[in-house]
Amino acid sequence: MLSLFKKSRIRGGVHAEEHKAETATLPIASNFPLPKKLYIPLQQHVGKPAEPVIKVGEKVLKGQLLAHSQGLISAPVHAPSSGVILDVNDYPAPHPTALPIRTIVLETDGKEEWMAVHPVDDPFQLTPEDISLRVGAAGIVGLGGATFPTAVKLNMGRENHIDTLIINGAECEPYLSCDDRLMQERAEMIIDGVRLMLYGMETESAVVAIEDNKPQAFLAMQAAAESFAQINVIQIPTRYPMGWDRQLIRFVTGKEVPVGCRSSEIGVTIHNVGTAFAVHNAIRHGQPLLSRVITVAGGAVQRPTNIEVPFGTLISELFSFCGVNTENIARIIMGGPMMGDSLPHSGLPTVKATSGILALTQSELKNTEEQPCIRCAGCVSVCPAGLRPLDMANNIRINQLDTAVDLGLKDCISCGCCSYICPSNIPLVQYFKYASGEIVARQQAQHKSEQTKRLIDARNARMERIAQQQREDELARIAAKAERERLKAEQEALV
Amino acid sequence: MIAHIKPSSGAHVGANISVSRIMRQVMLALLPATAFGLFCFGWPAINLFVITVLSAVVFEALCVRLRGRGVKPAIMDGSAVLTGWLLAMTLPPWAPWWIGVVGSGLAIILGKQVYGGLGQNLFNPAMLARVALLISFPIEMTTWANVSPLFFSHSPGWVESWHITFSGLENSDATTGATTLGFIKTEFSQNHLLPDILKDYSGFLNFIGWTRGSLGETSTLLLGLGGLWLIRQKIIQWQIPVSLLLTVALLAGVFHVMDNQHYVSPLLYLNSGAMMCVAFFIATDYVTSPNTPAGQLVFGAGCGLLIFVIRTWGAYPEGAGFAVLLMNSATPLIDHYIRPRIYGRDRKGKPLEIPKS
Ligand code: SF4
Ligand code: SF4
Repeated sequence: MLSLFKKSRIRGGVHAEEHKAETATLPIASNFPLPKKLYIPLQQHVGKPAEPVIKVGEKVLKGQLLAHSQGLISAPVHAPSSGVILDVNDYPAPHPTALPIRTIVLETDGKEEWMAVHPVDDPFQLTPEDISLRVGAAGIVGLGGATFPTAVKLNMGRENHIDTLIINGAECEPYLSCDDRLMQERAEMIIDGVRLMLYGMETESAVVAIEDNKPQAFLAMQAAAESFAQINVIQIPTRYPMGWDRQLIRFVTGKEVPVGCRSSEIGVTIHNVGTAFAVHNAIRHGQPLLSRVITVAGGAVQRPTNIEVPFGTLISELFSFCGVNTENIARIIMGGPMMGDSLPHSGLPTVKATSGILALTQSELKNTEEQPCIRCAGCVSVCPAGLRPLDMANNIRINQLDTAVDLGLKDCISCGCCSYICPSNIPLVQYFKYASGEIVARQQAQHKSEQTKRLIDARNARMERIAQQQREDELARIAAKAERERLKAEQEALV
Repeated sequence: MIAHIKPSSGAHVGANISVSRIMRQVMLALLPATAFGLFCFGWPAINLFVITVLSAVVFEALCVRLRGRGVKPAIMDGSAVLTGWLLAMTLPPWAPWWIGVVGSGLAIILGKQVYGGLGQNLFNPAMLARVALLISFPIEMTTWANVSPLFFSHSPGWVESWHITFSGLENSDATTGATTLGFIKTEFSQNHLLPDILKDYSGFLNFIGWTRGSLGETSTLLLGLGGLWLIRQKIIQWQIPVSLLLTVALLAGVFHVMDNQHYVSPLLYLNSGAMMCVAFFIATDYVTSPNTPAGQLVFGAGCGLLIFVIRTWGAYPEGAGFAVLLMNSATPLIDHYIRPRIYGRDRKGKPLEIPKS
């Protein structure tokens, strides 16, 4: 009965073909060869890019700070291996446009020489603030894909008196199994990370939520959490996008996060399992975030698997390790197939946000022949945000962006469910992203023209003031002249 | 490195579903009832069916051509075939050839293409055509052939059927009659009472479809099963059929209890292929029905109410088409007022309050 009740807490969503078995059954590969060069972007997180502290030609040790964080919301970047800095310059980013961003190029020496690390024997002797500081210094960001600096979230948690920490082990995207493997193989360390987060946020209890298509991971995590009463490991239904934080929050706590609020404002914070593992590493072993587990899968991959990869590794190196037949690739995707971005080529680095790299063949891709909308309402029923994608798309098509916003465009989370289900192959999410971008551009343009207008107004006012001044000066001059003449006349009269 | 591929976001994979697949599934669901209807009414019905569907496809091709769009994809999506098919099912089985052609023309051109093609129309094309035919050609549209199955000795043969289709019926009294609802209506006008009128009515024959009626709309059983299968296949949602049938049953029930001499029992209403066809196949048309579950419930209930009113007191006993068209015109209104609640907002679209704890 309870489960029935809880089912109604899930809205929309789809059940996509999983394709997880190929990689979820294999251990995380440990024999991935260290790349000769690593391309480490300075912005791998939400917020300001990090600022380099090293010089070209400098020799660095593994774990050494390469760039420090700038501003309140930012994260530092560390050397994933030992070697020499070759360059600090603009290189293509792992983004659909592959536009260049500032990147550090590190030539590895193969020695994997660690800097001096400072493990903490009993982290529960540290202050909670100290935990956040260390997590921030280790460059940890949300590894579920949001890449929001974790330390900032821990601080917000402390300030807002969080009563539930939710650990997201849903991994609802098809193909991906990196969190699944991590939970199967490193459950104890993840649970330790959860305890540290609870301590750092001064929160009482945590719920680890795992989709019920990962029974092995669930058992491992349950066993690891057994002796900690404050950590509850639960199974949740398998349904994309179960891992959307707000869907998960509603499912676990029954609370809905109001639009425009952070979940911490209603007393809930959510972190990913990979992040918990990184916290464990940073606090217990003093190691910054240098690598992550990445799923390499897709029809064009001969040996799909999960690999622990140092940041900055080029995708092409992952492909040669996993035996990717480049002839067969129809699309390269970073992330999962529902929300991930397609990449133009494989010469791009992996970053903190990279949960998976997929090399999909044509037959796996959704047909792109767009047909007219038949108003089947499929998109309406799958939208987890409660939007009506067809109406938004219709308005965007006729350039009625304001109406689209009224219909809820800004509440769209780009989950891809609507595009997935659409029988007419309408790229709805692409429409929405285009419209959102266009709205921002228009606002900027308007802002700019307002600014220009302000400048012109200011100039006109200034000119007006000057003219006024001149008029007054003139009047004063005339008056003075009259005065002088009057005085002169008076003097003459006196003489 | 791999050559640049058009950057795209959003779902890269898709559900195994397409417009043509949906249309094919609907046709599959219609197939048993249609086949049974064609069997019951023999060669003239087959002629009419083929003519109607073919002309729908031809009209669609012409219109798409005129618009300067690709003809093949438009035909391949199957929507024109389905429109023709649905229209044919609702025609009197022995109607002359031109009824099919004119009907298809009305459905495709006036019902769909003038609005801008697939997905744009306000009214259900098949219903629009049927209602227009009914008003313009009342005789042809209410001449119901007796059941005269294929290969039975008294049924028209292949050659004779061409005669019926192309030159019309001679001596129609011997081979045609009224439908149950039409019969009740005429009898009422002669002040007969129900128990008397219905003494020859067989619930069972109506259930399987061995009765006079539209070409493919006689069998409650086969259309009902087809509809349930469509719900199971998730092609249609349950809301419209359930609310429509429930409303009809409820209204009929109330009036029947109050006066069973003049108001037929709800069972007789529900045990009708035409009712099943409207509930499962016509009212559920995606394009012309609301797109939220709550809106669909309202729409179904509205259809049910209007069907009951028109059938009970209106001039056209087979007037379900009017009901659907009326509700079609209300669809934009329903969709405007009944919207899903957006996550994190209340029904009015304001952000939720932060709960105080
Ligand atoms: S991408 Fe946006 S509109 Fe589409 S289903 Fe997800 S939230 Fe709804
Ligand atoms: S899923 Fe596609 S075809 Fe169906 S209503 Fe939405 S946009 Fe239209």
